[in-house]
Amino acid sequence: MSKKHPWVNVLFLAPVTLAFVLVIIVPFFLGIYYSFTDFNGVRSHLTLVGLANYRVMFNDPIFLHSFLLTLQYTAINIVSVNVVAFLLSLLVTSDLPGRNFLRAGFFVPNLIGGLVLGYIWQFVFNSALLDMGRNLGISWLSQSLIGNKNTVIWAMSFVNTWQYAGYIMMIYVAAIQGIPANLMEAASVDGATYPQRVFKVLIPMMASAFTVTLFLTLTNSFKQYDLNYSLTSGGPAALFMGKASKASQLLAMNIYNTAIAAKRWGDGQARAVMFFLILVIFSLVQVWLNKRKEVEM
Amino acid sequence: MPSTAGRKVKKLRERSSVSTRVTLCVIGFVLFFLFMLPFILVIINSAKERMEIMLNPIALPSDWVQIFTNIRDVINNPNFSYWSAFIDSVIITVVSLAVIVVCAAMGAWILVRNKTWWSALIFMAFVAAMVVPFQVVMIPLVQWLRMMGDFLRIPLLRNYTGIVFSYLGFGASLSVFIFHGFIKGVPLELEEAADIDGCSRGGTFFRIVFPLLQPTAVTVIILNGIWIWNDYLLPVMVLGPNGNVQTLPLAVSAFAGAYVKQWERILTSALLAMLPIILLFVFAQRYIIRGMVEGSIK
Repeated sequence: MSKKHPWVNVLFLAPVTLAFVLVIIVPFFLGIYYSFTDFNGVRSHLTLVGLANYRVMFNDPIFLHSFLLTLQYTAINIVSVNVVAFLLSLLVTSDLPGRNFLRAGFFVPNLIGGLVLGYIWQFVFNSALLDMGRNLGISWLSQSLIGNKNTVIWAMSFVNTWQYAGYIMMIYVAAIQGIPANLMEAASVDGATYPQRVFKVLIPMMASAFTVTLFLTLTNSFKQYDLNYSLTSGGPAALFMGKASKASQLLAMNIYNTAIAAKRWGDGQARAVMFFLILVIFSLVQVWLNKRKEVEM
Repeated sequence: MPSTAGRKVKKLRERSSVSTRVTLCVIGFVLFFLFMLPFILVIINSAKERMEIMLNPIALPSDWVQIFTNIRDVINNPNFSYWSAFIDSVIITVVSLAVIVVCAAMGAWILVRNKTWWSALIFMAFVAAMVVPFQVVMIPLVQWLRMMGDFLRIPLLRNYTGIVFSYLGFGASLSVFIFHGFIKGVPLELEEAADIDGCSRGGTFFRIVFPLLQPTAVTVIILNGIWIWNDYLLPVMVLGPNGNVQTLPLAVSAFAGAYVKQWERILTSALLAMLPIILLFVFAQRYIIRGMVEGSIK
């Protein structure tokens, strides 16, 4: 068939492939090239500087700080989003009345972009919760959780969990509904308690769903920018290895600030390349670990 | 499968006691209330004046009519330009989705129906590129769009053309992948029959194959639509934070930046930005949930 219609092939395939190549592939390699230059956004100014940008990056404690914060944020989210989502999925697949309504409700935060949600939660943390803390005399609420360098990452993870758990829950719900009912019945006839049934039957049967959800929570947390920008803008100030740093500046924001705000495009791009490598390695390891578990089942 | 799922639900229904069900119900609706609380706070505080919010951010408003005053103020505020941002968002989302659906379906069809080294290679490239995060290409992308624009004499920054083109490129991977998976299941006999009846190759696609892709197109539209509508980083790079073309997230961000801590304004603008998608969800809930879940599992 291909030989008969070479023009149709080209005509039909060209638009999507061209856009894909021009928007992702070319900039991807152009970016690797920029990371070896002193590019600053002005085109005439561009010389190769070898590994200088990478050296600057590795010697910059603020980049290391951003990296560690991103790790912390990702680790908290992987646990909290998945635990909350899994519990919610058990709840909305049980026989309680109104479960479809609840499902939809838990899903709603996911429809709204992180940028708008960030402003809403900024109000929650900086105004509503402070007021509640004052009225109820709860001392740990009397200062803003996003204004404190020790709690800000946790607060952001809390918002991320609220935003993302409903979505992950839906994936678990689909997985639970795909499990043959007689398995759970057989286990219960054999005298397994509810927790035993969940841990020994349900979770092993859902192994492939966990591969997906862990991948999604990992990559999503790692790439976080919008919420970070509108909720905290990277603040508050913090000290890291004796240098003035920011307590919630995640990697994506570090890249943006280095490249765009500080006009060190080449420098920022070196960080972006590093960011890409770390993300790819992490996701490969995660998928490999999960797939191994799937096979064992 | 639906029959077994149904039986499971029925079994459980017989089993769990009234007290368990009541407890679950209470837990469920308390959680629901907590999940909705931030939205409730947005609504009640959009109906207050600034002083009232400062004095009591969690109480119900003294006068609900204030919500209309706030909405009118925000919509008419020259720093927000809600309608123009709303229209820009609609144009960008709708045009991008139309282009993505048609181009990705056409491309995926060619890739499925030609089993050659080049179709395998192109498909592999689409799949592999899914791991490339936007942050990695955003800086060179802006430069590259500028260079291409200068070369072709079609400006690609700060206008619709460039951003729609970018969304086609970034939406391509997942969309081609999803269409590819579905088209594999479309029987070849249908196309051969059309061919025998004298339908042209292109006609075969648009008259026979494309109509069959409708359910998959819904998934592609929903996945890409929610992303494009809410996207912030790509518009900020390609349209610029203060350009002539502003999407809703850009407008909210600029507005919130201009009125720090003026919560009656920021929360009302957040309410206005959320409203369209919440309304859409109310009417198309089933499709949206199914589309987003299916897209992730594939």
